[in-house]
Amino acid sequence: MHELGIVFHIIRSVEQVAAENNLEKVSAVVLELGEVSGVVPDYLTDCWRWAAAKEELVSGSELKIETLPAVTHCDGCGRDYPTVAHGRTCPHCRSEKTWLLTGNEVSIKEIEAY
Amino acid sequence: MDQVRVIEVKQSVFADNDRRAAQLRRELKERGIFLLNLMSSPGAGKTTTLKRTAELLKDEIKIGVMEADIDSDVDARAMAEAGVRSIQLHTGGMCHLDADMTRQGLDELLTEGGVELAILENVGNLVCPAEFDTGAVKNAAILSVPEGDDKPLKYPLMFQVCDVVLINKIDVAPYFDFDLERCTEYIRMRNPDAKVIPICAKTGEGVEEWANWLRGQVRGWRSFS
Repeated sequence: MHELGIVFHIIRSVEQVAAENNLEKVSAVVLELGEVSGVVPDYLTDCWRWAAAKEELVSGSELKIETLPAVTHCDGCGRDYPTVAHGRTCPHCRSEKTWLLTGNEVSIKEIEAY
Repeated sequence: MDQVRVIEVKQSVFADNDRRAAQLRRELKERGIFLLNLMSSPGAGKTTTLKRTAELLKDEIKIGVMEADIDSDVDARAMAEAGVRSIQLHTGGMCHLDADMTRQGLDELLTEGGVELAILENVGNLVCPAEFDTGAVKNAAILSVPEGDDKPLKYPLMFQVCDVVLINKIDVAPYFDFDLERCTEYIRMRNPDAKVIPICAKTGEGVEEWANWLRGQVRGWRSFS
């Protein structure tokens, strides 16, 4: 549901990078998306197609999505575990004192342009 | 055709919005304006709570409200009837407001000078508004009893970003198996610093404690600007 707003922010960031690097036409944007970022990749690419078509700089460009795994750290036993499989409760010691190490990223990794 | 260049960016999509939000906060500080971002699900009681709050504060603090919705102006009219300056923002289908949209709304709200407390009533939604920093000084969320005491577990980000959580419709708690203590514990699990205030916007129960908190925040912000 928030994917369209995120796409507008990606386009704005790409426009800034393009201006700084004298890019005329972007052919692809590579996005790193954490497994628990709450962003749905399919919706995001649909929104991208719709919104990118309206901007000369990015029209027709591809949004490539690289998924980053979510890992949670447990303060109870000090171990890390995969977030998607176990959620917020540590599978080793059942502690709830856990926090996300990685997995909520929504970042632009690189831009392919000419 | 020219060769393709790869530009390494490595930047969060939210970084640009975060910068704009921080800039907006700095400007608000200089002008002595406190901005509150109020979030909740649809129907949790944002507008009713604001009307009650305004009754308690409007004689001492000049309040302006921005009502953000996908469509209609019923909320802005309700606030105007309560005697509070209000404007309606339409998000054009978007489920949240970002820092730029908030700034545009503020520009309109502040055309009439003197506003000390600007309140953004965000789009009713527990997910997306939490992801975008609006530039507000403080974030507040309303969770209403019929929604269930497990919501802080299901929508953790909303409760992580909030400075205060109002538990509204507390008068009907006995009918909904809503456990206030358990709910508070779930909120604290995600955000140990969050202030939790049970209220009933309809009867006014607890609203004074909330209004006192807000008054203190506004005064603190303005006294150092």
